[in-house]
Amino acid sequence: MQIDLQTINIKPLRQNFDHLTARFGDKPASRYQEATYDIQQTYLYHYKPTWEPELEIFDERRTAIRMKDWYDFKDPRQFYYGTYTLARSRMQDAADAAFEFALDSGMPETLPDAARRLIVEVLVPMRHYEWGANMNNTFISAYGYGTAIEAACMFAAMDRLGIAQQLSRVGLAVDGEAALDDAKARWMDAAEFQPLRRLVEDTFVAKDWFELFVAQNLAMDGWLHPFLYTHVEQLSLKESGAFFGLSSKFQKDWSAETVRWVDAMVKAAIGDSDANRNLVAGWVVHYTARTREAVEALATAVFGDEAASVVSVIDEAFAARLTKIGL
Amino acid sequence: MDMKADRKLSLKDRYRHLTRGLGWETSYQKMDDVFPYDKYEGIKIHDWDKWEDPFRLTMDAYWKYQAEKERKLYAVLDAFVQSNGHLNVTDARYINAIKLFFCAFPPLEYMAHRGFSMAGRQFRGVGTRVACQMQSIDEIRHMQTQMHTASNYNRYYNGIHAMIHQLPRIWYMSVPKSFFDDAITAGPFEWMVAIGFSFEYVLTNLVFVPFMSGAAFNGDLGTMTFGFSAQSDEARHMTLGLECIKFMLEQDPANVPIVQRWIDKWTWRGVRVLALVGMMMDYMLPKRIMSWQEAWEIYFEQNGGALFKDLARYGIKIPDCVEQATLEKEHISHQLWAGIYQWNFGTALHAWIPGDDELDWLSAKYPNSFDKYYRPRLEAWREMAKDGKRFMNTGLAMNCQVCQYPTIFTEPGDPSTLCHRELDYKGEKYHFCSDHCKTIFEHEPEKYVQSWLPMPQLYQGTCGGGGVQEWMDWVHLVPGQDNMDFEGSQDQRNFALWKGLASSNK
Repeated sequence: MQIDLQTINIKPLRQNFDHLTARFGDKPASRYQEATYDIQQTYLYHYKPTWEPELEIFDERRTAIRMKDWYDFKDPRQFYYGTYTLARSRMQDAADAAFEFALDSGMPETLPDAARRLIVEVLVPMRHYEWGANMNNTFISAYGYGTAIEAACMFAAMDRLGIAQQLSRVGLAVDGEAALDDAKARWMDAAEFQPLRRLVEDTFVAKDWFELFVAQNLAMDGWLHPFLYTHVEQLSLKESGAFFGLSSKFQKDWSAETVRWVDAMVKAAIGDSDANRNLVAGWVVHYTARTREAVEALATAVFGDEAASVVSVIDEAFAARLTKIGL
Repeated sequence: MDMKADRKLSLKDRYRHLTRGLGWETSYQKMDDVFPYDKYEGIKIHDWDKWEDPFRLTMDAYWKYQAEKERKLYAVLDAFVQSNGHLNVTDARYINAIKLFFCAFPPLEYMAHRGFSMAGRQFRGVGTRVACQMQSIDEIRHMQTQMHTASNYNRYYNGIHAMIHQLPRIWYMSVPKSFFDDAITAGPFEWMVAIGFSFEYVLTNLVFVPFMSGAAFNGDLGTMTFGFSAQSDEARHMTLGLECIKFMLEQDPANVPIVQRWIDKWTWRGVRVLALVGMMMDYMLPKRIMSWQEAWEIYFEQNGGALFKDLARYGIKIPDCVEQATLEKEHISHQLWAGIYQWNFGTALHAWIPGDDELDWLSAKYPNSFDKYYRPRLEAWREMAKDGKRFMNTGLAMNCQVCQYPTIFTEPGDPSTLCHRELDYKGEKYHFCSDHCKTIFEHEPEKYVQSWLPMPQLYQGTCGGGGVQEWMDWVHLVPGQDNMDFEGSQDQRNFALWKGLASSNK
């Protein structure tokens, strides 16, 4: 059943802006299209950056990949600020409900020792990893090319700050400020975190923003998030530590959603040319090897004899994901 | 037990843990390589930990708070579209004010976003980075909500359809574009003085606010709604700009002269951009908020004066250019509207001679200048138009090498003489609209020799070819439809027709 409410109908002169009509024809554009396409300037810059005088303000040469159209980096989630904040606010509401339930049930105070150690020694130090991911995605937003990919990376950067803050809250709930101090000390000095910290710091000096996208959002996250939120969480459950899972609901929901976007970006790049495909494949090999080494060190500390099998499960799943992307 | 330890944390300590506690001193890579851009400007920071967080907003709260604002905003925008809200504006001439806004603001909010992403990556202080990142996504918000509002106007009115093409191409858009290009090509500290402090703090009540108040005064619900929805974001941006200035000044006395030069430069560059706003307030709003002169007196002379008094304890003085800007407050809006009127064939706006009641309003608001210098000219042009000889200037003026305006402004204190300065640099002659633009050039000649100036480029044939029609095509201007007199325009006819459809049964 439908009722027919009337409004005054006047015929518009045009359906959209010239730059959207050139792309999609004279028809109404979606809010994602209006908010995204061709917003970044591409020519007639007035001055060269004092911080990088050999390039323009926005310059395709800041990555080795080339795109026929930089707006092929279309977000499958169609995020613009409004849809993005609505999605995150819903995700946060669900995560808060789970976390508050755990807190109200007194879980942090009654954690079995083994489960507590997994949280304090493994999960909470990862707040620094998430902060590294924030820096790298902010870098892409700053120096990337085209509004479609860079704005989505700025959203991702804020996601990672949010995750780092959630991990910190978990630490505070379990052991107060001491948990955060311990986590920092472990991140800085514990042997099992050093390959990871070295890798993160190496990405901080990478200059090619799409290389950084592949390193951080595909390879590193592609290994570390399953490691933490599948394998370490399962181990924690075995130690009757439901707290781990209840306190990291956001990350799991977020990961499921974000992986789709990351894969679509990589697919767009390699689909454009074989040259891109070769570059991306090279970066994947390099950063997967580095990440694997970092995850092995952590897995050995957490899983002991089981480490190799955990690593091989992640490896297989990641390889399957790459195949699906077309790499 | 542990929970109690957590609950005892003050809000400030908690926020510290949730932001700057996340960072660390890198050791596998040198900090100077990780943050390569925060030293070359000469600003000395000894202790980033002294940074006072200007606001304490964690991401969970940010998402919820902002999502709520977006829900409300888009509900209003949807209703605005559905009910043909554009027909509720006071007068179709008003739409030209927001044409000016929509052609400039969304792409420039976008530049602010990119600049804050850069600052949000480049400062080595974590608290500073987090604050900049939050402003970075706020600026995405502003760009996008403005695009979504502009979209509805663009479907029914001319002059906005080519906003993306025109920002880099059309001559008066070069003014705000060069402002942002200048800021983003500077280092992160100068960026913060340019945008965070001068633009968002000192001048925001004279830039963003007049458009939003203008919308509220003229029945433009769409524009008013995104403006008011951005208010709490803007409040955050203002506190960030102020904190950043204080932080630089407190860290080292050697920073003071550098910061002073930036404040001087960006206040003047901002004042020049403001001429566009002054013109909008005095000429383009059918229902006026206040005169440009009144706005300048309240928001700059009074509020800005108090701010500079506050900064005096750091050794910061009020910029020299304020003296000239104060002399110009009775003139610039009139001089710029005259420019838009006489070069109206090259604008994406309609122009008009104000009606008698509006001329009287201007006479009353500008007793020292309007009747003496500007009213007679407008009345003469009105007579010429009546005789079918609408005044147009087909000659092109010289652009100022720094602010990029045609040299249309007059000598300080002598409103009957055009102001023009020039200087030789490495065998080339450069032209300026004022002493202050010339001084800015002298401090950074290598930057400003690069300026892309619209008029010389037109002569060189880089703007679609050599002729006026080729230029029109190149900037996507439809002659007579996007520009020239409002009287008799398609906008005027359509508005009257649609308004009639919406309010009668004919």
